[in-house]
Amino acid sequence: MNILETHHIVKQYAEHRALDNVSLAVPKGSIFGLLGPNGAGKTSLIRIINQITAPDAGEVILGGERLNPDHIKRIGYLPEERGLYKKMKVGEQLLYLAQLKGLSERQAMEKLKTWFIKFDIKTWWTKNVEDLSKGMQQKVQFVATVMHEPDLIILDEPFSGFDPINANLIKDEILELRERGKTIIFSTHRMESVEELCDHIALIHRSHKVLDGTKRAIKEQFKTHTYHVEYQGTLDDLPPAFSIMNTRSVDDDFLRADIKIPPDAAVNELIRHLLDRVAVRAFGENIPSMNDIFIQAVGEATE
Amino acid sequence: MHIIFLIIKREYLVRVRKKSFLVMTILGPLLIAAFYGLAGWAAISSIDQKKVAVVDESGQFVGKFKNSSSLLFSFIKTPIATAKKSFPKSGNDVLVYIPEDVLDNSKGVQLFAEKGVSFDLKSSIERTIEKEIENVKLTKSGITRQVIDEAKVDVDAQTISLSDEGEKQSSTGAASIIGLLCAILIYITVMVYGMQVMRGVVEEKTNRIIEVIISSVKPFQLMMGKILGVGLVGLTQFTLWILLSVGITSAGTVLFGSKFTNRPTVQSSIQAQVGQPADAPQTVSKAASNPITSFISSVQNLNLPLIIGCFLFYFLGGYLLYSALYGAIGAAVDNETDTQQFMLPVTMPIIFSFIIAQFVLRDPDSTLAFWASIIPFTSPIIMMVRLPLGVPGWQLVLSMTLLVLGFIGTTWLAARIYRVGILMYGKKPTYRELSKWIFYKA
Repeated sequence: MNILETHHIVKQYAEHRALDNVSLAVPKGSIFGLLGPNGAGKTSLIRIINQITAPDAGEVILGGERLNPDHIKRIGYLPEERGLYKKMKVGEQLLYLAQLKGLSERQAMEKLKTWFIKFDIKTWWTKNVEDLSKGMQQKVQFVATVMHEPDLIILDEPFSGFDPINANLIKDEILELRERGKTIIFSTHRMESVEELCDHIALIHRSHKVLDGTKRAIKEQFKTHTYHVEYQGTLDDLPPAFSIMNTRSVDDDFLRADIKIPPDAAVNELIRHLLDRVAVRAFGENIPSMNDIFIQAVGEATE
Repeated sequence: MHIIFLIIKREYLVRVRKKSFLVMTILGPLLIAAFYGLAGWAAISSIDQKKVAVVDESGQFVGKFKNSSSLLFSFIKTPIATAKKSFPKSGNDVLVYIPEDVLDNSKGVQLFAEKGVSFDLKSSIERTIEKEIENVKLTKSGITRQVIDEAKVDVDAQTISLSDEGEKQSSTGAASIIGLLCAILIYITVMVYGMQVMRGVVEEKTNRIIEVIISSVKPFQLMMGKILGVGLVGLTQFTLWILLSVGITSAGTVLFGSKFTNRPTVQSSIQAQVGQPADAPQTVSKAASNPITSFISSVQNLNLPLIIGCFLFYFLGGYLLYSALYGAIGAAVDNETDTQQFMLPVTMPIIFSFIIAQFVLRDPDSTLAFWASIIPFTSPIIMMVRLPLGVPGWQLVLSMTLLVLGFIGTTWLAARIYRVGILMYGKKPTYRELSKWIFYKA
């Protein structure tokens, strides 16, 4: 079941079209990576989902209903450019933000208590935001995003500004939220966290969706039929169907080669040929990284 | 509605809790009182006596100029040429030359001084000479000064306004002062609190909290919440100021009031001399005889509930009208330094109305006064100047209606700019772009 669907969204600004016929489906309980180069239209799409702006054409469906003002409390949004009121106390500020999301003061208080214990930040309650470090402010901001227990959480570059320890803490939080059935839309340029966290991916480039699907399917789609082998010996009389892309030496007495096979050929055949000729130490498929896929997809779409 | 209330509450509490609010609330009235006290004291005490040397070729005035607290005359017998030479070393401030034919040609009088001669000094020396020439001329025609003095009557006209409630003694002076005071207060507060709204919006933008907030509330709600919250801060400050001032004045009246009322006044002695008709109502003559009690009694005779009611209305109307525009400016720019170019057209009408306020005071029924008190951009200040002096009911109603329409208009306009502006970062917009924003779809 999809928690969020966008159908043929068009957003036109005075001189340029930020989104052109973008349709997405975000399955419930997934971590959905929304990727794209700078200025591709991601923020425009996120703003439309948050009802900050309205699309010129198309519609957004949240939980089976057309997007309406009641949905605001079902979404938690952590914008890329984030901030808090500097002169306000942390506790007061979070209570205020929670009440804007429709929680009563008492509900907000209860929810906040659990989060403050969980993050071990109880002493921050009466501190002014400006007295916190940037990383601490980010934590507060993360609490502000999820405290009203939204079904859909939109995180725009959630790890920027965090040290590795806190980044890990947030990562675990994201995974735990998914365990509890929440859906996370995750927009970032850091492909290693996409690799690590995302189940689904959509790539937007120049206002158009150029790629969409589960991470596995996309990797399948982009696979190059290339394998690597580390070996001792000489490997120059392979059948011409198997082409050696490159060879280099590793660990002094071993060689490593990347070998491309025809799309319809079986891997076992290559292994058999290898075993006949050299002593194999390691063998594996060259699976494209998200980084490669990103660069290739954007490159293809640009051409 | 609940959301707007939350925003108002935050905007209000954040500002009221600031130390600067408390300081302004206590210091405001004290500063104003101290300022007026200082100005008054300076006016009375700081005039130093100027030494004036006189070369009188006509010989008519020797020893006749009376010294005063500001002027000390001395007569020199030497010719003017010598006097001029020795003047720098003489220690005198001013040298006055009176030619021989001064009685026939009064233009011949000359003043010499090392530094410039202030307007006050010049005119007070002129007055002294004029008076003596007058005396000499009068004596020549056989009239003594005493006769003239006895013939002079100091007329201090009481203005009585005729209304449905019967005759009431009023004072144009008191009404003018009250009107001007209200106008000044509105002028200051619209500027101060309008700017606060603008700063609040800029703060939200530079802090980048705007996108978090705007994903929970509508831009219009945020803007209105801020405007109303800051407006309430203004009203709170007024209320505290009024309470404090009333407290201070009543304490002052208890302390000093008796001294004023017991002092015999110049007017009453003149009235005794001239022989005021005995049938004049005792209370009126008594009230008029003392400038301070007379001021207080004429203030009491003004329609205070109407004035206070209108003051609150025009303060709120003017504030809402302008703060919406200030809010829009805040939304259009990224930081406070960029606000300058958009401030001018918004601030101009406020300053303009403050400037024309004094012309309106002089002639409250002129065409300028009428239009300025009707047009919403100037009416909050100008109508408050006119109001205590008496304004026809239909003009008041027209002015108020237009002000309400005015602030609905500016709020609509500001909201259109605001909702686009708050999410725009980067380059400074031009007026052309701003006007485009107004017609953007949401």
